[in-house]
Parts: sequence; structure tokens; C-alpha cells
Amino acid sequence: MSLLMPFLLPIATSLLSVFIKGRLLIGMNLISSFALLILALQLLFDVVSSGPKSLMFGNWPVPYGIEFYADGLSALLIMLIALVSAVVMVFMVHWQSTSNKSAYFALAQCLVASAIAVSLAADLFNLYVWFELMLIAVLGLMVLGKGHQQTEAALKYFAVSMLGTLIMLSAIGMIHGAVGHLNFSALAELSASEDSGHHLTLYGGMLLLALLLKIGAFPLFAWLPAAYHALPAPLLALVGGLLTKISVYVLMRISGQVLDYQLYHEAIGWLAVITMLSGVLGAAYHWDLRRILSFHIVSQVGFLLLGVALATPAGMTGTAFFLFHNILVKANLFLIAGLIWMTAGHYDLRKFGGLYPARPLLSVIFLLSALSLVGVPPTSGFWGKLLIIMETLTQEKYLWAAAALITGVLTLYSMSKIWLEGFWKPHPGQLGSLVIPKSSYVVMLIMSLVILMMGLMPGPLIDVLQQQQWHAGGAL
Amino acid sequence: MSFILITVISICVSGGILLLLSREVFKMIMGLAVLGTAANLVVFTGGRPGSLVPAVIEQGSQSLMTGAASPLPQALVLTAIVIGFALLCFALVLAAAVANQQGDSDVASYRENEPSGNTKAQSDKPLVMEIES
Repeated sequence: MSLLMPFLLPIATSLLSVFIKGRLLIGMNLISSFALLILALQLLFDVVSSGPKSLMFGNWPVPYGIEFYADGLSALLIMLIALVSAVVMVFMVHWQSTSNKSAYFALAQCLVASAIAVSLAADLFNLYVWFELMLIAVLGLMVLGKGHQQTEAALKYFAVSMLGTLIMLSAIGMIHGAVGHLNFSALAELSASEDSGHHLTLYGGMLLLALLLKIGAFPLFAWLPAAYHALPAPLLALVGGLLTKISVYVLMRISGQVLDYQLYHEAIGWLAVITMLSGVLGAAYHWDLRRILSFHIVSQVGFLLLGVALATPAGMTGTAFFLFHNILVKANLFLIAGLIWMTAGHYDLRKFGGLYPARPLLSVIFLLSALSLVGVPPTSGFWGKLLIIMETLTQEKYLWAAAALITGVLTLYSMSKIWLEGFWKPHPGQLGSLVIPKSSYVVMLIMSLVILMMGLMPGPLIDVLQQQQWHAGGAL
Repeated sequence: MSFILITVISICVSGGILLLLSREVFKMIMGLAVLGTAANLVVFTGGRPGSLVPAVIEQGSQSLMTGAASPLPQALVLTAIVIGFALLCFALVLAAAVANQQGDSDVASYRENEPSGNTKAQSDKPLVMEIES
């Protein structure tokens, strides 16, 4: 039951939000988000202290029933989803441009619920259903803006994601047709037994293709910066912070634990290298804050893929650490972009400046997140990158390591571009008069504190991740 | 039975891709719908279709009779059809809205979110080179 609660709470809130308005709506959503945070913490403590938990619907035996499964990795992910969603909810209370608040809250909670369900699902078809729900929620959030940009973004996002889900569905159908199972542990056993009679590698490859499309890996990433920036800022933090990372998490599970084939790892590694570089070069070209940050998602996702490709417990630990760091930092940066928009009235770096003298606290928070994204030593990004790059060197993949380091330098370039243009350069006109609500600052400081803690004391988190069972054939 | 299904699937996939590559936005959505049908049929084909043995577990037995069709893919397909249909309806409305707003149903003209080197879409977003001067 405790496994189901973190999913039931946001979905119930989502359904109720449709019918209520005003203060009640806001109050209910805030309470629900904080309750979710408590539930997630409780789940995390449970899992860390007494091992992985599993829930079979209708008590069917393991390979046949629908299963929800939580180990350290998924519990940590759920906690981060809950944290980001709570922060975003607080932001949404004061967000100026939300006219249709009920719908925004309902869809945001629906997105949170489906993200949590994706991280719990231990069955391919179940996974597909939650992915679809996530897609529907994001599409809804996009079209609520009603402008040209929003509908166009939604159309593009729909077309690409739909193609991805169709490929995923066919792959699932073929896997089921070939081996008769969809449950992760059953598939893991089959793939570990090295019986090549059922072409699982081929169908699994199709599944990975669908996931890579949803992640935004190399040839198929153009939809991401074209779609994300049409969302209003707090929701952009939710979507940009979580969506692709959830898909990376699923890829970690599938290529690392369920269908553990060497062929996949090699392919993902090279894709990762190109993804990293193309993302960061795209970011260097743009001037719109949201576009820059969206391209950085692509580049960071490439880095995560590199970790997935390493496929050793050490590499996976690094990937997971980097994944968690990235969710927090990315969400924080998008929220900062929102606050910059409130202060300066623009997302375009050429049209504003001088934020450092005007908003020193905001600047410090931005600097912390930006340095963390780059991976400057005492920050959280450093440890994730260190773990991954050390593992690439151990495996003697020197080219991969070099690409990762070059990406780091280029990331530094585009972050300093934001800093120089947005914060140091004198403001060309008059700063906007919108007052940033205090609550936004408070939650943002909390987020920054978590990021700082991850950087200064990475030990406990790495310990939890090292206890994780990373490979197929184990007690998944 | 499988042979017929496979033929239908291949026709659906090729037709779907052809429609998907169209620049007309409604044809593109239809392409996705046809591809969706193909995906559903793939799932369905995996369940040993065409068997005449009823998919019923007899009293006292623990499993299906040998050669019976597997009911699970059919349940999966039903779920997928429902989701796919809902998304198709949404997509058609969305496409109509986009075509209305932009005054054009040619997807190649939807460049608001992806400004290119084209002079038309470039009005308020100068290239990097132009800013230096």
C-alpha cells in the first residue's frame, strides 16, 4: 500500500482540482504536494533501511501480475519528483500568467503522478501506459497557453512523441510475442540466460530507439528546444527538469538491468558523444534563456547516456548521481529564468542586463546552479562528472572522456554568456517593476541548499547508490 | 492467419510512413493514426491469433489448453486502442487549431518556434554575426 500512495495522492489531487477554484484549489495543491514529499521521504527511508519493496496488483505471482517495484534508485527519484513538484506548486501560486489555474494545477499533478508511476512500474506495458499519460499531461499544459507558439510546439511535440510511443508499443508487442513475458525480472532472467533463439536483442533495440527518441538523443533532439520553451516558466521547470530524466531512468533500468547486452552499450556510448556535443553547441548559438537551457538539457542527457553506456556498477552509480543532480539544477535554472522574466520582462539576453546590482540574491542562486551545471569542484555536478569520467578512463574509452571534458568547457562558455550578458552588462532600459514573491525566494533557497549539500556531502547519496543491484539476473 | 496480418501490417506501415512524410498537417496526423493501427496489429499478432481453441481455463486445470490464443495481447491492444483514439482526437483538434492560427496547413511553414536562416522568420532574431556590429 505504501508503494501506491505516492501515485494515488497526486492523481486524486489532479482529479479534484478540476472541480474547485480559488484559494481552496491552491491550498489543496500545496498541502498535497507537501504530503507527497513526506510520503516520498518515508518510502526512501523504508527502502534504504529494509531493502526493495514490491507490490503485486491482485496478488498474482511474479512474472504474470502487474508489479510496482521500488529500490533505492526509484525511491530517490520519487523523492526528487516530489521535491521539484512542491517547489513548482509554490511558484505557481503567484505566477502572473496563469489565468486558467484549475487546469494548470490538474495537469501538473497528473504529470507528477504519471512520472512517479513510470519510476515504479516494473512491467513494460505498464510503463507504456504511464508514458502515454505523461505525454497527455504535457500536451495539455502546452496548449493551455493558447498562443501560436504554444499550439505549434504542442503539435511538434505530439508528432514526435507519438511516433516514439508507437515504436515502443510495437517493440513491446514483439517482445511479448517472442518470449511471452513483459515483467522486468522475467525479461532479465531471459536476457541473462543468453538463449539467442528469440531475437530479444532486436526487439529490445527497438524499445531503446523509442526511449532514445523520448530522451532527445542525437539525431532526434530538435523537437526538444522547439517545444519546451512554449511553457510558462514554473511548468517549464517541472517538464524540463523531469521529463527527459525520467526517460533516462527507464533507459538505465532497461539497458542496465533488464536487457543487458554489450551491443546496446557500445551504440549508446557513441550516440552519447554526439548528443553531448551537438546540444552544447546549439546552446552556444542561442540568446533566449529558455532555448539555451533547453539545449543544455540535450547536452546533459548526452552525458547521462555516456554513463548508461559504461554499464558497470561504478558507471551506473555516477549516472544516477548525475541524474539526481541534474533534475535539481535544471529545475532551479528554469525557475530562475522565470524570475528573470518577471524582473526584466524578457527571456532574450540581448534585451536585458544588470541583474547583479539589482537582484543580488537571485544572482548568487543562479551562480550556484550554473557552476553546478558546469561541474566546478565543490558543487554537485562535479561529483557526478568525476564518477562518470573516472569510469570512462578505467574502461579506456579515452575518446568518450575527451568529448565529456570538451562538453564541460563549452557548458562553461554558455553559462558565462548568461552571466556576463544578463547579470553584469548594464541594463539597456528600465528594469520591470514586478515584485518577486518572497515564497519563491524561500523555496528556491531550499532547492539551492539541497544542491549545495549534494556537493559538499556526496557520501550518503553515493553510499545508497552503491548498494543498488545494478545488473540483470539479480533480485530485481 | 499470421501471414494475412503481416501483409496488412506492412501495408499499414508503408502507407502510414508515406502519409507521415506529407507536408499537409492533417495527412501527417492521419499517418500517425495508420501507423498506430499497425502497432496495434503487431501486438495482436504476437498473441497466436487464428487459433480456434477457446481461451478458457477448464475447471481443475491451471493453464490454458495447448494451442489456445493468448488473451493477454488482446487486452493490451484494447488499452492501446483506447489511448491511441483519445490522442488522435486531441491531435486532430490541435492540428485544426494550428492550421487556423497560422492560416496555412503546410507544416514546413510552422517556424515560429524554430527560427531558421530564412529571412522571413528572422525579423526579430538577428544572427550572431549581425549583433557584433
